[in-house]
Amino acid sequence: MAYNIVVLVKQVPDTKRLTADAMRDDGTVNRTALPAIFNPEDLYALETALRIRERYGGRVTVVTMGPPQACEILRESLERGADDVALITDRRAAASDTLATSYILSCAVRKLGAGRAVDLVICGRQAIDGDTAQVPPQTAEKLGWPQVTYVETVEEIGDGRVLARRNTGRGTERVSCPLPCLLTVTDGGPQPRPPSARRIMAVKKARSRAELERDARDDAEVLARAESLRKRGLLITQWDLDDIEADLAWCGRDGSPTKVKRIQSVVLTGSGFKKVEPAEEAVAAMVHELIEDHTIG
Amino acid sequence: MIEANRQGDVWVVAEQNDGELEDVGLELLSKGRELAERLGVRLTAVVLGAGEAGHAERLIHHGADRVLVAEHPLLAHYQSNSYAKVLCRLIEEHKPQIVIYGATPLGRDLAPRVASAIRAGLTADCTDLDIGDHVEPTTRQKYDRLLYQVRPAFGGNIIATIVNPERWPQMATVREGVMRMPDADPARRGEVVRFTPDLAPEDLPLEILEHKRAERKVNLKAARIIVAGGAGVGSKENFRLIWDLANALGAAAGASRAAVDSGWIDKDHQVGQTGTTVRPALYIAIGISGAVQHRAGMSEAQKIVAINADPNAPIFQVAHYGIVGDLNRAVPMMIDAIKRRV
Repeated sequence: MAYNIVVLVKQVPDTKRLTADAMRDDGTVNRTALPAIFNPEDLYALETALRIRERYGGRVTVVTMGPPQACEILRESLERGADDVALITDRRAAASDTLATSYILSCAVRKLGAGRAVDLVICGRQAIDGDTAQVPPQTAEKLGWPQVTYVETVEEIGDGRVLARRNTGRGTERVSCPLPCLLTVTDGGPQPRPPSARRIMAVKKARSRAELERDARDDAEVLARAESLRKRGLLITQWDLDDIEADLAWCGRDGSPTKVKRIQSVVLTGSGFKKVEPAEEAVAAMVHELIEDHTIG
Repeated sequence: MIEANRQGDVWVVAEQNDGELEDVGLELLSKGRELAERLGVRLTAVVLGAGEAGHAERLIHHGADRVLVAEHPLLAHYQSNSYAKVLCRLIEEHKPQIVIYGATPLGRDLAPRVASAIRAGLTADCTDLDIGDHVEPTTRQKYDRLLYQVRPAFGGNIIATIVNPERWPQMATVREGVMRMPDADPARRGEVVRFTPDLAPEDLPLEILEHKRAERKVNLKAARIIVAGGAGVGSKENFRLIWDLANALGAAAGASRAAVDSGWIDKDHQVGQTGTTVRPALYIAIGISGAVQHRAGMSEAQKIVAINADPNAPIFQVAHYGIVGDLNRAVPMMIDAIKRRV
């Protein structure tokens, strides 16, 4: 039994690589100074999908929503072994909150399932820029599918059910869930494989139309390059909201119930602390103060 | 979609696992109480389960005016579909104006499922909630007394305030440990509404084959004093210093992500955005530079002592006492001073 698997991924700024270079003089973060990366837990989602395909057969399609630049992680998905990729890019999708995003992604999954039904959607548990973990359960609800979150490993699939081990940090569960369903995976499972050198060479030139439009001089060049890529199987599938038959009322700003009222950068303020010399007397005096004010004891 | 209901209650979804109420539900009652009083409405706690005695009373003692208790044998163990179905029905029936959940693994699985089904807004992992007015910049429309949902984003580098003007209820998950646990008042009285929701086996698609609750090795949230070590400690052997000082003080040992990732101490001890949020009486940060992710989890401590060789380490920005110097010398000095006093 082969399985048709869709992996939903996101390109994110590398918030963990926050060095002094990414800080402005006023103590706030310069986001553009951070490199854009494959959301770490999404790599585990891809690895989980590839292992299922290797064991049971099937097809792994990786989908992302974002600007043309997000094709970088689609090429990386191909390098790591995905069969196919698709980019959803549309200005009308800008300012989508988690609810609107999940609606758009569910439309894409439906489109992918129009030919052959999708059996599994696999996502990373959460993205490191927003840390909300909301999009996957909302996508599952939009599809009307059950969900299993915090999956560490998929143990087996058979008889129309997936058997997975989940670890929430508070405990572990082994659950059996009927297909089709959506899984979110943590970084507790098998390590993502590196891109293969052969595949890197093979997909190096893959581009989406949006990237061609960004880089080409004129429309004629876009057409010519797109046609040439298509013939070699290197034109990355690109959809706008019309292609996936999304109702615009549920997308972008209009489709988003939550609005950002205010953003404050966390600024390091020097409120001043009592400097204690690293000497016995000074340290003992500090301990004495902490005992006196009943902090210790 | 649920229309805005200005008279609607403030709801706290109180989580129970294996028959035990989670602390976060009680913590949310303190903030919920404050919001309900600002809005002049009732505070309702909602609890789903197979029917455990005592939960409703406890929720009332901690600040709820009313408790909705959904009891059904099929609710004994959490499943996204069954719990979401019951909650959606309750929300459609009662039209609360605010619904808050603990940002626990369960809350983060359940709340988005509910939000999607009723097409309401949801803000994840809030660290504060408030009531305030809002003017929508695009339409100039004014909204009175909305829920301000305050949360860190971008790895803790920005703090965003989110509002949900049109599509109610206004929903948020709130981090564990950031709201104060209210004192129980055994004299408090309230209304308890028990009912049996409509559920069928097909509302529970999952089969739970095995379920093990992890015993937390350390309870950082309950610790009065925490001694925490970071990358600057240098090695697993040297982490002994952290334990020694913790033992001398009767404190819990904590750690930064760097120390946990290096394998010097178990992940249960991690303080910070991806670990536990703590607010002890005293937090001693040793060899911890104080990245925003770490500070987000400990800056609410009443007193902070920082020991670090780097005078520019950001941890000093939140410290009350700072020792700039070698922790291998300073920590034994502290242990010595504490022991001499005893």
